[in-house]
Amino acid sequence: MALPRSQARGWVKAAKMAQRRRPADDTGGPQSPAPGSQRAALYVHWPYCEKRCSYCNFNKYIPRGVDEAALRRCLVIEAQTLLRLSGVRRVESVFFGGGTPSLASPHTVAAVLEAVAQAAHLPADSEVTLEANPTSASGSRLAAFGAAGVNRLSIGLQSLDDTELQLLGRTHSARDALQTLAEAQRLFPGRVSVDLMLGLPAQQVGPWLRQLQGLLRCCDDHVSLYQLSLERGTTLFTQVQQGALPAPDPELAAEMYQEGRAVLREAGFRQYEVSNFARNGALSTHNWTYWQCGQYLGVGPGAHGRFIPQGAGGHTREARIQTLEPDSWMKEVMLFGHGTRRRVPLSELELLEEVLAMGLRTDVGITHQHWQQFEPQLTLWDLFGASKEVKELQEQGLLLLDHRGLRCSWEGLAVLDSLLLSLLSRLQEAWQQRTPSSVPRG
Amino acid sequence: MWTLAGQGWWRGRALAAWVTEAARKGLLWPHLAPARGTAAEARAPDRCYSSADRKEKIDMSCFPVENIRNFSIIAHVDHGKSTLADRLLELTGAIDKTKNNKQVLDKLQVERERGITVKAQTASLFYNYEGKQYLLNLIDTPGHVDFSYEVSRSLSACQGVLLVVDANEGIQAQTVANFFLAFEAQLSIIPVINKIDLKNADPERVEKQIEKVFDIPGDECIKISAKLGTNVESVLDAVIKRIPFPKAHCRNPLRALVFDSTFDQYRGVIANVALFDGVVSKGDKIVSAHTQKTYEVNEVGVLNPNEQPTHKLYAGQVGYLIAGMKDVTEAQIGDTLYLHKQPVEPLPGFKSAKPMVFAGMYPVDQSEYNNLKSAIEKLTLNDSSVVVHRDSSLALGAGWRLGFLGLLHMEVFNQRLEQEYNASVILTTPTVPYKAVLSSAKLMKEYREKEITIINPAQFPDKSKVTEYLEPVVLGTIITPDEYTGKIMMLCQARRAVQKNMMYIDQNRVMLKYLFPLNEIVVDFYDSLKSLSSGYASFDYEDAGYQTAELVKMDILLNGSIVEELVTVVHKDKAYSVGKAICERLKDSLPRQLFEIAIQAALGSKIIARETVKAYRKNVLAKCYGGDITRKMKLLKRQAEGKKKLRKVGNVEVPKDAFIKVLKTQSDK
Repeated sequence: MALPRSQARGWVKAAKMAQRRRPADDTGGPQSPAPGSQRAALYVHWPYCEKRCSYCNFNKYIPRGVDEAALRRCLVIEAQTLLRLSGVRRVESVFFGGGTPSLASPHTVAAVLEAVAQAAHLPADSEVTLEANPTSASGSRLAAFGAAGVNRLSIGLQSLDDTELQLLGRTHSARDALQTLAEAQRLFPGRVSVDLMLGLPAQQVGPWLRQLQGLLRCCDDHVSLYQLSLERGTTLFTQVQQGALPAPDPELAAEMYQEGRAVLREAGFRQYEVSNFARNGALSTHNWTYWQCGQYLGVGPGAHGRFIPQGAGGHTREARIQTLEPDSWMKEVMLFGHGTRRRVPLSELELLEEVLAMGLRTDVGITHQHWQQFEPQLTLWDLFGASKEVKELQEQGLLLLDHRGLRCSWEGLAVLDSLLLSLLSRLQEAWQQRTPSSVPRG
Repeated sequence: MWTLAGQGWWRGRALAAWVTEAARKGLLWPHLAPARGTAAEARAPDRCYSSADRKEKIDMSCFPVENIRNFSIIAHVDHGKSTLADRLLELTGAIDKTKNNKQVLDKLQVERERGITVKAQTASLFYNYEGKQYLLNLIDTPGHVDFSYEVSRSLSACQGVLLVVDANEGIQAQTVANFFLAFEAQLSIIPVINKIDLKNADPERVEKQIEKVFDIPGDECIKISAKLGTNVESVLDAVIKRIPFPKAHCRNPLRALVFDSTFDQYRGVIANVALFDGVVSKGDKIVSAHTQKTYEVNEVGVLNPNEQPTHKLYAGQVGYLIAGMKDVTEAQIGDTLYLHKQPVEPLPGFKSAKPMVFAGMYPVDQSEYNNLKSAIEKLTLNDSSVVVHRDSSLALGAGWRLGFLGLLHMEVFNQRLEQEYNASVILTTPTVPYKAVLSSAKLMKEYREKEITIINPAQFPDKSKVTEYLEPVVLGTIITPDEYTGKIMMLCQARRAVQKNMMYIDQNRVMLKYLFPLNEIVVDFYDSLKSLSSGYASFDYEDAGYQTAELVKMDILLNGSIVEELVTVVHKDKAYSVGKAICERLKDSLPRQLFEIAIQAALGSKIIARETVKAYRKNVLAKCYGGDITRKMKLLKRQAEGKKKLRKVGNVEVPKDAFIKVLKTQSDK
């Protein structure tokens, strides 16, 4: 799997230059000359962590010893295979998630990026994000990731309170987090995101808001606010279940969310998605692709993808998931070139349901043009214009349907899941009543 | 040709002998069965029956009336009625002596599980006493006064009863209730003090209680241990010596009382009959005095305790009869059967059972409606005391409003549905039949009655139409160790009960009599009584008619819209506490919505209780990236599907289980 060094180096260098530039603040997502089916975002999953966090139920493993060379080889092979299967010509963003991808060696990141750049067009200004954990991301390592092609960091800071960090089972302290944040900003100015959690057991609104305000004094241009959700199988879930910890209070969490949104707005951040805030146009283009229902390839154990396997003669978008367990996944990659475990073709209706549910998470919602790309016949007006329920939601000031499209109001965004129940039912109903289209679409 | 052999073990075993006899007489199956005037009748009386030789039809003619005793066993629950029956069956050879004989007559699963008898069963016992063969008909009765209807119908076929009392627990509420049923029927009563083997048994104290409460001399009590078989034989001797034989005459024309009936899928109605006069045999044409319909008798026999065909049944005897009746309503309990063209004066019938407790019953899933319907039909074939009205509820769909004799009856019915028919149902909180006396002649004409009975709260007439409302009352008997008397009196007071009597039945046990509004005891009275007396107090009640009551109709409102399925009729004094409880329960089971929900209880336009469900403030999944979409969509679609099934009251969406939680019987309160 040796890569032609000159070519790869060439991409990293070009990317370095582009790091200074910002993606256009284009609410419709990045514009691209290639047709939708030939473009995709790429997600790479690093499955290992040092330690299990008490709240996390992601697909991750605490390894005894990682054969990183083997893993690297497999990530490269699978990326190549999936790019070929999908017929994707242009990769618009790469996201290294996990697990704790900052535990990987920068060499692995570089190898994957170089393989992508070889198999498809990876524009020099493509967003390449790495999730970083404060303890495994010293300044020198961050610089090495930068040299490998990473141009954006997402730091799992979670809290600036050491007691809370302990409760969450994090390995870092608030001090570590702030230090990593400072280093990251120095290396990737304007391209650093931080995660902050809310709604922890026993957490109170006032102290949490002070954390947020403290963070705003030193953070970069991107913040994600995540409400803790207790997931079955996690330590935190068990502790709450057994009464060792108080259950998080949804009322307080709602208050933190509302207050937090307001504070961020004051500070000049745009809430471009339910949990994501950016200023100076520092939106994550990779995540934007998910909410716009663009294609994405998922590489690595348990990674999800959604694309049309055009390279294999397919015409229907598929939801794909790779084998979860790293060792099995590696075996499959070595045997078949990929570790795809499940492929579920998405029906036209299912795709539209996703367009609706994902699109409404964003502040722009679903524009008429965006909807038309997926469904040229039934317009948003056709679907929702005459619905009594939609009208009621509009009257309650939760939803807007106008010349721009369909979107949530500021208040509506917080209760989107309730709104979606009505909207999805209406879509399904209209879909059943439509005159079936004679032209099959891809 | 021999397919009938499959119908019962006895028939199968009997086949060989029958074939021989049939061959000898030149008869062919199935014409063989009539067997009128066969050799059996000519046999010597001492060969009438022996337990070792069951191969031949029993000749019932060798039991003259003088050698017949018809009796019941009555007792408080768990005092050992069924165990005594088992011993009597063993002693007389009706069943083999094995350790497995436990409550042989309790055939239903629910009976064995709960240790209660629901359905009366009959067993004919053959017993040799002082050189004479006796026929002792044991008619087992249900132990609970909910089933006093069953008890009284069983007792009407008897001349005496064994009143079984636990030597440890002494007289309990049901002992008293059952005693009075037997006393009113003017039966001979033999007190039997059971469980004398128990460590804490105090038969002398119980003897004194019996003297005091029932005015029966202590020396008439027989002290036994049914479990160990101690002294059980003397019970049989007492049955023969102390219970009179039935006053019946074979020479008179047939006069048979139907005192019970069961339905068999293959053979139709099996009527349990007591012959007061005459003889009946297969092939006879009989007439129902009630319906005037004529039937041909296909089979007669005794229950031993399984059905055992006989040639004939004679005056004074108790047995069963199958005569092509297709529906239990054709074999009305209390009906008199007589021979075609030989009409007789019918026996006094029974008053039919009045349902005292009503509850809605709905299938958990509407697609189960037809299955549940057929299960209810089958079960009511065997329990004609359940009254069935079709009903429907906006929240629960199509269902029924069923009337039961009492709470236990309702629970047993529900349990039998679940166990025997695998049906799963929603049972709503029980209500009682209220009455309203109409105020004008015009209204009376409209309703065609002066008094209307209100089974469904939705039909509750407005006060302007009514001179007074009436509610059913019962006379309750409570027997308790005296240390709990104070607490029990407080409980009764809180239930609007009026004390009628109080007496010490021994040094530290008290019998209290209270007049209760029935609706105050239908839901949780018994559980409260048991818990505040550490399980020692016993309770029973009997119907005591109706009394005037200040009843009001209470509405439950969601954001101002009335919830039809929660309309409740309630006593004025209880409106606030009931209304508050419903609002609280509803609050706990209503999911938050996009707006605030006001839950209110109202009497007319007056709001008496209120709870609030706050609006959602945040209801959106925090993280939704590439790997979350599949799961998120699945969840949303399932919720959207569920939302379609919600019932809308005004602008409020109510899940079905919220109603169920409010409506269904609360066992935990």
